[in-house]
Amino acid sequence: MSAAAPSPQPAPSSQREPLLRVEDLRVEFPTEDGVVHAVDGITYQVFPGRTLGIVGESGSGKTVSSLTALGLTRRQGARISGRILFEGQDLLALAEEKMRAIRGNDIAMIFQDPLSSLHPLYKVGRQLIEAVRAHRDVSRATARARAVELLGLVGIPDPARRVDQYPHEFSGGMRQRVMIAMALANEPKLLFADEPTTALDVTVQAQILALMERLQRELGMAIVIITHDLGVVAEVADDIAVMYAGRIVETASAERLFAAPEHPYTWGLLKSIPRLDSPRSEDLVPIPGTPPSLIQPPSGCHFHPRCPYAQPEHARIDPALEPVPEEAAHHVACLLDSPTRKQLWAQLREGATPEQALAALAATGGAP
Amino acid sequence: MSGPTTPPPLSPFGESAEPAPGAPRANGGGPLVRVRELVKHFPLTRGIIFQKKIGAVRAVDGLSFEIERGETLGLVGETGCGKSTTARLITRLLEPTSGGIDFEGRDISHLKRSALKAIRREVQMIFQDPYSSLNPRKTIGSIIGEPFAIHGLLTDRAERKREVQRLMETVGLNPEHYNRYPHEFSGGQRQRIGVARALALEPKLLIADEPVSALDVSIQAQVLNLLRDLQRRLGLTIVFIAHDLSVVRHMCDRVAVMYLGKIVEIGGGDELYDFPRHPYTGALLAAVPHADPTRHGEQRRILGGDVPSPANPPAACRFHTRCPKAQPLCSQQEPLLEDKGSGTLVACHFPLSREEAEGMGVRSAR
Repeated sequence: MSAAAPSPQPAPSSQREPLLRVEDLRVEFPTEDGVVHAVDGITYQVFPGRTLGIVGESGSGKTVSSLTALGLTRRQGARISGRILFEGQDLLALAEEKMRAIRGNDIAMIFQDPLSSLHPLYKVGRQLIEAVRAHRDVSRATARARAVELLGLVGIPDPARRVDQYPHEFSGGMRQRVMIAMALANEPKLLFADEPTTALDVTVQAQILALMERLQRELGMAIVIITHDLGVVAEVADDIAVMYAGRIVETASAERLFAAPEHPYTWGLLKSIPRLDSPRSEDLVPIPGTPPSLIQPPSGCHFHPRCPYAQPEHARIDPALEPVPEEAAHHVACLLDSPTRKQLWAQLREGATPEQALAALAATGGAP
Repeated sequence: MSGPTTPPPLSPFGESAEPAPGAPRANGGGPLVRVRELVKHFPLTRGIIFQKKIGAVRAVDGLSFEIERGETLGLVGETGCGKSTTARLITRLLEPTSGGIDFEGRDISHLKRSALKAIRREVQMIFQDPYSSLNPRKTIGSIIGEPFAIHGLLTDRAERKREVQRLMETVGLNPEHYNRYPHEFSGGQRQRIGVARALALEPKLLIADEPVSALDVSIQAQVLNLLRDLQRRLGLTIVFIAHDLSVVRHMCDRVAVMYLGKIVEIGGGDELYDFPRHPYTGALLAAVPHADPTRHGEQRRILGGDVPSPANPPAACRFHTRCPKAQPLCSQQEPLLEDKGSGTLVACHFPLSREEAEGMGVRSAR
């Protein structure tokens, strides 16, 4: 285990000031059926010029947490607490008007489905011009020139002609480029990308991810990429936060998270995807059960009903997100102790099933 | 609701002996399905009352392949390559424009509706979206029992219920949930219901069109394992359609790669993934993101541009407009599917060499 595990931590991140700091964010939606605890106390930070990947399944709260950072859940009657500090300013305390000046300007977002995010009746150029003029006091002609420039920047061929076309005249990948162009209109410092490539084919996905990386290099913006696809985060993220049932259960640098994950849910995700670089005969190990209800989340550790290593007391004790011993940048919320986790992962990584891993642990005298 | 249970080791078809994997389940040798020069064009029209044909979308444009008994054949390709149209032609939900489909040696390509009913018993489908493919107003019991009702089988109610519950058990559903409605089930469980329904009539061929792409990662593996397990235990013949190349590699014995209505490469999964010969196959494999950050920054070639319109596909080799290896010949003469010495059939004048495939960043396990 230890041989491959400790990869060099990206040092500068801890010294610089974070661009975005989310502190103990909670978002609840009162509904007829009860209160939905969509985000249940999460803390993370994003540094300038770096990419944070937030990984989780549907209903894990990854989208709601980003929408909240953009002030887009306020109108939905959400109860929000905690702090979202952007350059030291608490976004949750801002008036809607001030938030609107930041959204689309300093902080921008791209969404999963590029077709439903573009207005079908307006030309692409007009929508880009609107994005520019919403925040800049410039003439139509200047904004239009900027729109053409933006389309060129995101690699749309013949931008001067394409700017006068409607969204339906663009292919899926080209539409996503338009969305990215729109998000970049005012050179944001921070970009939220919510499943930006999920609706796209694999070759187009590769194009879009390469484009995002190039733009990040050129413009120096920070990116929060939200996805369920472990392959995508591995490609683009510097740091990764894994979310489950409204909480962050593990966070580490990308190298560390894939080489030495410590949370059983992260193990479950990694072992349940087929990979091109693992033998075809290897069986997938699904995570048993289904994601929990967010109205009545499980007591204690939210993952305990699906965790093969859970102990009776895990249903009562709520784990905190704590640093892994000797790895200050790697945090995990798990009630197993770190040596046990390392032993279990060493077995799982070699292809053992959870039962075999537990048996091997018992054989060495250990117990979860 | 309990989680999915491990299916018991019983044969759902009530046979005492378990068929060996891959063993023919029906009489006769030869492939189960033979597709010959299959073509499906959808007309493009203008005008409302006096419709004028102004062109055609060439969704499927001359496919020939065989499906052997007991194998899993994967169809991969990007949006609009014709893989779902192919599936709908084989199930005869669509009638081909030309070409033939032989099912157990019998041409079914232009059968009438009444004659098709017998074929429909033999060929079943699993759909992508487990939400829209189940009638929300019917109980699980009647959804899974519907195929029996349609074909007038198991008319005795108690008998039908017993059979449905056995099917539920086979796919890892709790048989006590017979009277529940689809909304009481999660996405993964709904997909199990779809699988149970597809297995009800003991089909000879199962067509799974993107069966896991609507499911969460942790649930995908449950359904993939179920399909792989059923395939091994029952010797099912499956056509598995997916855009996710890792999933296809995991599930399939043979794989056909499609581009704009044509097969560009077909062969054993191991050969094709290990050494892709068609530049498009290579580009697809190179584009798959790897769940391994240490490989980040490794050189790989990203295919530029978009898939051209199937209404107006490029001449000769359809990939030549995006191909890094294209030569003048590629736009003049259409390449045929041929063996180029590495175990797969490739439609390419200038197939990739081993070095080129590796240079593109193809990163399969050897």
